[in-house]
Amino acid sequence: MKHLLEISGLYKKFGDHEVLKDINLNVKKGEVVVIIGPSGSGKSTLLRCINRLEEPTAGKIFLDGVDITDRSVDINKVRQRIGMVFQQFNLFTHLTALQNVMLAPLRVKKVKKDEAEKNAIKLLEKVGLGDQTHKYPAQLSGGQQQRVAIARALAMEPEVMLFDEVTSALDPELVKEVLDVMKQLAQDGMTMIVVTHEMGFAREVGDRLIFMDEGVIVEEGEPVEVFRNPKNPRTKKFLGVIL
Amino acid sequence: MVGVGQFDLDLFFRIIPDLTFGAFITLELTSLSILFGLIIGSIAGLARVSTNKIFFGISTLYVEVIRGTPLLVQILIIYFGLPAIGINLRPEPAGIIALSVCSGAYIAEIVRAGIQSVPLGQMEAARSLGMSYLQAMRWVVFPQAFRNILPALGNEFIALLKDSSLLSVISIVELTRVGRQIVNTTFNAWTPFLGVALFYLMMTIPLSRLVTYSQKRIGTYEMK
Repeated sequence: MKHLLEISGLYKKFGDHEVLKDINLNVKKGEVVVIIGPSGSGKSTLLRCINRLEEPTAGKIFLDGVDITDRSVDINKVRQRIGMVFQQFNLFTHLTALQNVMLAPLRVKKVKKDEAEKNAIKLLEKVGLGDQTHKYPAQLSGGQQQRVAIARALAMEPEVMLFDEVTSALDPELVKEVLDVMKQLAQDGMTMIVVTHEMGFAREVGDRLIFMDEGVIVEEGEPVEVFRNPKNPRTKKFLGVIL
Repeated sequence: MVGVGQFDLDLFFRIIPDLTFGAFITLELTSLSILFGLIIGSIAGLARVSTNKIFFGISTLYVEVIRGTPLLVQILIIYFGLPAIGINLRPEPAGIIALSVCSGAYIAEIVRAGIQSVPLGQMEAARSLGMSYLQAMRWVVFPQAFRNILPALGNEFIALLKDSSLLSVISIVELTRVGRQIVNTTFNAWTPFLGVALFYLMMTIPLSRLVTYSQKRIGTYEMK
């Protein structure tokens, strides 16, 4: 089966500091890849390289066979196909939940206003916020904000969704509502790359688990298998601390 | 009348129409200048946060030169100096250009601070949705920056309104010039100039109130 996303020989340096070293990763359509690892291991940088919020130092990233690290590629077009959800939500504070979701379809895709609104309401209903559409981010809880952020990313109808520690900034009782939305999304067949510390989610929803440390992929495999029987000593140590 | 010095109430009532006329000219000059100043300032402010060295260099030079020289001197250069290189301007356009260019530099710094007050995550989120840099600026960063800089912009407008009195030196008949003309014909300096000051206050006080009000209104949705 052809891969939707192919990362080959990816390096990222910040000054002298090598954050990613020769990352190779293929993701199939509909696959849910969960990335775990200690902080500073390069997980977030890897995600941010995939939609080029960070420019890779070397290596190639193919989306549906097209090299998106190529200079001639229109990165704005590429990013429309790759949704991203951030740890800090980053909702647009001057816009309501509905306007947050509508903005990009309206301004980037030039969708008609009533159509964009109808679609936005549908998405907000999907993430369980059909009754909060006219609230501003500051009036919503962290969990609600993060669900709006997911709906906002989905509004561009991306082919891949990147989740960058999306529950790390949430109060514990709000984590579940966000994970439930992500679970639903995975069941609907969305291709997802999820950086997380939620091992329960990794085990239950992930098709593949990747353990990163010091900028390299140390181990990968089926989540249940990796959790039960980690092969690399570094994975073992990390899981020993975290589980 | 001695109780309030030489203030001539009769004269004051008589000159109200003239002062009103002058005040309208002052408002007109200031409004036009702040409009152009906003355009210049937005562009220069964007350039000030640009990673492009040429844009950054030019805008920085502009801001430094204008902020480092007196507005009066800028007015004199534009009106009396430019003819030397073949640019002859009538007083009003020269005055509006001087005020616009000057306020543009101050507004550029306000805009720069405003843009930098918006968290980087807002730009990243906008870009991650496929917006171009300019789209993200236009729809996400600018609206939030504008809210943050509204008080500073209001103060700049008030400052410019007061500074427009300097245009009286290039024979533009605005509020201050009207006052001086009345002084010249009535030989009474106290009443007309107090009247002029009063008229400035009647413009600046409502303006500062307006700034406070709009700031509160715009700020409401941010409150938890």
